[in-house]
Amino acid sequence: MKRRKECVAMLLAGGEGKRLQLLTKNLAKPAVYFGGKYRIIDFPLSNCTNSGIDTVGVLTQYQPLILNSYIGIGSAWSLDRKHGGVSVLPPFQAQEGGDWYKGTADAIYQNVNFIEQYNPKYVLVLSGDHIYKMDYAKMLHFHKEKEADVTISVIEVPWEEASRFGILNTTEDLCIHTFDEKPENPQSNLASMGIYIFNWDLLKRYLTEDASNLRSSHDFGKDVLPKLLDDGKRLFAYQFDGYWKDVGTVESLWEANMDLLDDAPQFNLNDSNWRMYSVNPNQPPQYISQKATVNRALINEGCLVDGSIDHSILFFGVHVGEGSRISDSVIMPNVKIGKNVIIEKAIIGENTVIEDGAVVRAKEGQKITLIGENSHIFASVVVNN
Amino acid sequence: MEIMGVINLDNEQDFLNELTYFRCGAAVPFGGRYRLIDFVISNMTNTGFIDIAVFTRRKYRSLMDHLGKGKSWDLDTKYGGLFILPPDWNDPTDISKGDLQHFHNNLDFFHRGKAEYVLISGSQHVCGVNYQEVFDHHQKTEADITLIYKKVDILEPEHKQCQKLAVTEEGRVVEVTNEEYNNNVYMNMYLISKKLLLQLVEHGIAHGATHLFNNCITSELKNINVQAFEYKGVHCVINSVQSYYKNNLKLLNPDFYRDLFFNEQTINTKVKNEPPARYSEGSHVSNSLVGNGCIIEGTVENSILFRGVKVHKNAIVKNCIIMQRCNISENAILENVILDKEVSLTEGKRLIGNEQMPFVIPKRRVI
Repeated sequence: MKRRKECVAMLLAGGEGKRLQLLTKNLAKPAVYFGGKYRIIDFPLSNCTNSGIDTVGVLTQYQPLILNSYIGIGSAWSLDRKHGGVSVLPPFQAQEGGDWYKGTADAIYQNVNFIEQYNPKYVLVLSGDHIYKMDYAKMLHFHKEKEADVTISVIEVPWEEASRFGILNTTEDLCIHTFDEKPENPQSNLASMGIYIFNWDLLKRYLTEDASNLRSSHDFGKDVLPKLLDDGKRLFAYQFDGYWKDVGTVESLWEANMDLLDDAPQFNLNDSNWRMYSVNPNQPPQYISQKATVNRALINEGCLVDGSIDHSILFFGVHVGEGSRISDSVIMPNVKIGKNVIIEKAIIGENTVIEDGAVVRAKEGQKITLIGENSHIFASVVVNN
Repeated sequence: MEIMGVINLDNEQDFLNELTYFRCGAAVPFGGRYRLIDFVISNMTNTGFIDIAVFTRRKYRSLMDHLGKGKSWDLDTKYGGLFILPPDWNDPTDISKGDLQHFHNNLDFFHRGKAEYVLISGSQHVCGVNYQEVFDHHQKTEADITLIYKKVDILEPEHKQCQKLAVTEEGRVVEVTNEEYNNNVYMNMYLISKKLLLQLVEHGIAHGATHLFNNCITSELKNINVQAFEYKGVHCVINSVQSYYKNNLKLLNPDFYRDLFFNEQTINTKVKNEPPARYSEGSHVSNSLVGNGCIIEGTVENSILFRGVKVHKNAIVKNCIIMQRCNISENAILENVILDKEVSLTEGKRLIGNEQMPFVIPKRRVI
């Protein structure tokens, strides 16, 4: 008799995240740094741990090296379990051949065997692109209460922005009757968060059907969910109320980082009831020198600050020399900043060296300056890409 | 690796008053996120030790909680690893005394390890010694025992309590003394072959010895080749409240900080899951070490804040050591104070200690 897991989570982490430009040159989007300490994937993984979901498959595809080594055996999230735990699932070859994951639905379909090992009743599908805290156990409870076949987590977005999202139209009791992908005239402002709970038996049947459909693009949003709706299945919208941010573009990544610097940030990292776990680099405490001034900032261990930091985030191991001024910026791990450097409204990639006197700021009208990892900005150079 | 480690806490006094009421000296928090024992364990694992035993007799709850299975130092291995060995011996025929009891009753540890040499150390000397260099020196000088010492430039009060070495020009130890004015401070660390160690233990027990080093080794200086290894790196001794306070604050000297933490060796400690430290608008922090999870709205100068400390608006913290999860409410003023973990200072309270004699507030006190 197989030990049964009630719910298995499948985390889609194969995305390239093209709109993050240089930040995803060598790593997958879920591995992008966030918030002075974390990588994006820490949030869904921590949510799983905190929600009592201990079996997670992470589907990787694009540039998986850093993501794989970061996840390891899942110890950082207490997901190193005897039965279950975290498994990294890249595309693979089998006797009858193999293929890349052709879409979100295909990625799950190719891993039916992984899911079947645990004989689950429900499958939770997550994406590795968002910053949020969510108790998936509550969503599962809702799913059971509604006797749903599928539950889609939704968030209310401002009406004027609704046409940028996949919108779900529901009856009063949150039963979904139609989907509108980026509608010009939205009838509802409930946007899909890309978080789904399926009854596994049903999903398996639909995935198998979808896989043999040559015209399908094998995507949940475009193919599988509309088909389920057409067939009259019970699809429900679960309303999420809280901070939720897509960090798919350089601007939104920067904004979400800056959100953390508000006086009482909506997204509270210091909440001991819902801890955000991550792999901890072992670094000494940060040193703020006599010459430094620090205001509205998040600073991590291993930083040495001699300059002035205003409204910015410093990841671990960042050194800031005397006379340097950093404002409205995100400085990723181990960046070394010399003396009298000015950095304004920028994201500086990992391990970059910025020599004395350099200036990094955006041109008039441009929003954010992005400098890729391992760059070297020479003395007295002005960067405003 | 040819060396196994023994961290012998049996002879260490609980010298830190309030800070050691409920924990042993080795478990006292130090430097914003560490505990004293982290330095010796990290130095051992950085040199590749795979078997490390901790001999402890009292107040070891906090120590065991901190060390766990040794995962933070990669010592949670299938074979070998970290062994915390509190006293649990019930052999009615056992006649061993003092710290020799630990050696006698834990012979299995020595027999099971493959290493032929043993490095025995206390926990009070904070340093970044490379035991490989000590080993090479030991081999080169064909020593039976090698004692590690530091030649200090200026003898501070805390050095006076340490044992000193009288060393010949060739580097041989001729006497271990308690002289106040000798600059060769013995660091309470020595390297010895396992074979000789076990012989000395057996001989010592048979002759009623109570202190392995003082009774069995220093008495044999004429008969065996005891060499001195001079350690030249960063070093301090923590053996009193004054030295604890002074040397914690010494970490605010960037050179000392760099030498201790950004050298080849990394000092590992038990990892906590704290977010980055948060500095609010209007906070004023200068010349301070700050741990993760801190929230600072007030003023912090020349101080060390451990993880998760909250300093509220208009509070002033000067020349202080504030341990984990303390809460300093609005308008409170602290100067020359050591707060143990989870102390809460209510609104507007003032505590001013003396530079030479800081106030120490025990764990979980509300003031």
